[in-house]
Amino acid sequence: MAKKTSSAAVQAHPAGYRLKKTFKRNIGFFFILPWLVGFLIFRLYPFISSLIYSFTDFQLFDGVTKVGFMNYKEIFTSKKIMKAFGVTFKYAFITVPLKLIISLFIAYILNFKIKGVNLFRTAYYIPSILGGSVAIAVLWKAVFRDDGLLNTALAFIGIKGPQWLSDPSYALFIICLLRVWQFGSAMVIFLAALKGIPLDLYEAAAIDGAGRGRQFFSITLPLITPVVFYNLVTQLCQAFQEFNGPYIITQGGPRNSTTLISLLIYNSAFKTYEMGMASAMAWLLFIVLTVFTAIAFISQKYWVYYSDDEGR
Amino acid sequence: MLYGKKRVVNTIIRYVILIVVGIIMIYPLLWMISATFKSNNEIFSGIGLIPKKVTFDGYKNAMKSYGGDINIFKSMLNTYSYVIPKVIFTVFSSVVTAYGFSRFEFKGRNFLFAVLISTLFLPQVVLNVPQYVLYNQFGWIDSKYYLPLIVPTIFASDTYFVFMLIQFMRNISKEMEEAAKIDGCNTVQILIRIICPMLKPAMVSCALFQFMWSSNDFMGPLLYVKTPSRYPASIFVKLSMDADTGFDWNRVLAVSLISIIPSLVVFFLSQNSFVEGITAGSVKG
Repeated sequence: MAKKTSSAAVQAHPAGYRLKKTFKRNIGFFFILPWLVGFLIFRLYPFISSLIYSFTDFQLFDGVTKVGFMNYKEIFTSKKIMKAFGVTFKYAFITVPLKLIISLFIAYILNFKIKGVNLFRTAYYIPSILGGSVAIAVLWKAVFRDDGLLNTALAFIGIKGPQWLSDPSYALFIICLLRVWQFGSAMVIFLAALKGIPLDLYEAAAIDGAGRGRQFFSITLPLITPVVFYNLVTQLCQAFQEFNGPYIITQGGPRNSTTLISLLIYNSAFKTYEMGMASAMAWLLFIVLTVFTAIAFISQKYWVYYSDDEGR
Repeated sequence: MLYGKKRVVNTIIRYVILIVVGIIMIYPLLWMISATFKSNNEIFSGIGLIPKKVTFDGYKNAMKSYGGDINIFKSMLNTYSYVIPKVIFTVFSSVVTAYGFSRFEFKGRNFLFAVLISTLFLPQVVLNVPQYVLYNQFGWIDSKYYLPLIVPTIFASDTYFVFMLIQFMRNISKEMEEAAKIDGCNTVQILIRIICPMLKPAMVSCALFQFMWSSNDFMGPLLYVKTPSRYPASIFVKLSMDADTGFDWNRVLAVSLISIIPSLVVFFLSQNSFVEGITAGSVKG
């Protein structure tokens, strides 16, 4: 009996030792384990199930009765949904370039020896911090309503301003402006990148007779392309998913001119509880977004310059 | 001489641009503040910032409760009752995850890191529907403790912060850690005693961003909070706008302004941390 126990102990020891060693070697895994568990439950599982839902007529309270491509068929034949995709594209293609250009332009000016840089930076940055809040959407409505701040100001100089939010030809642009107004975060990133460019490069270029414009396009812009790329991708991701602005300010109107796809997804998922249909629209949006992100990533090698020491 | 003149002109142009853009950026906010002190007749009658006659009606009416269940202060209390746990959990779980990825080799590390990065590009809009179904099964919808908003942050669900912290950790030299290891510190002690103190600025940035984003969050509470007495400020502000549009603008703007005061205060107290945080996530990437 006693002999048996001791031999078991001898055998157990190397096993336990090995276990301990494996544990020690892979201890990093235990630090990331909570994230991995959360990823599986709150990210991967929903991600896959939404793909599956998209091929069903899943209704939150009635469950599934049909399986097939009907949601996708409906999406491509529905004028309303196709229009919403169109509006989403328009929204992204107006806001992203405008935001990048303005933020880079302002960062470029701020990078000169400017007195009160911090004051300006703060002024430009505040809207990005608060811009996502409902309070600012309310303010936007107050500024652009028919007798709002902007039209009062225009009346002051004798112009009768249009009905910004109830005229379909302007409403989307006003919603876009809310996002462009929040260019501060992109600007802060650009400014940091500009500050990182060695001054001797400019001096050398100036000696060679390059003017300001030439310097900007031949030195500044190439060197900050990694940051341009980063801003481009993050802004694209955000723009395609915009919800708060149109939902709060215009409710998608007038005449669906500000109905972004995210609004339709919200309506079908949480007003009529058509989870299948909503998932199909969400997946289509996801595919569109992935294509654009992929284009950005693949085109990187033609226009993004990574310096050698960073080359990854 | 000519060169000098051109320089002066250029400088002036720069300042003019900066000031004009600055005014466009800030004027709406200043106007909002002043409008809360104006009477409803006066708000849209001019663009000036100084009220002809200061009135506190907007604020008085802003205190009114909505359907007897909720008022602005209660809704703000609701907001911060999930924002603060979210901030704490996010910082904690993100630091632990970032530590695991940046300081250890283990099986499948590179693959998992790629997964982590790819979640940065996973749009929330794809996840909303199935997450709602999942939380519905858990019985978390309209939870008293805002479980759908808080629980995922325990698992470092906002990978942006993990990514940001990994970027910061890369720049921390490993010498101190090695010395601590020789002195007999285990991995957890190294994290707490060596890494955390050096990572403090980055942790502050994470906390601040999560604070702002969660306070502003509208979609989350819109989906998961149903009982009026549990509404956070973002929903309350939206409701008070819907109820009043057309006549009671000083009240609506006062409610809005009150709701963003904590965010403004936090921002002004900690501006530099924001700038540090936002640039660390991008430039070194």
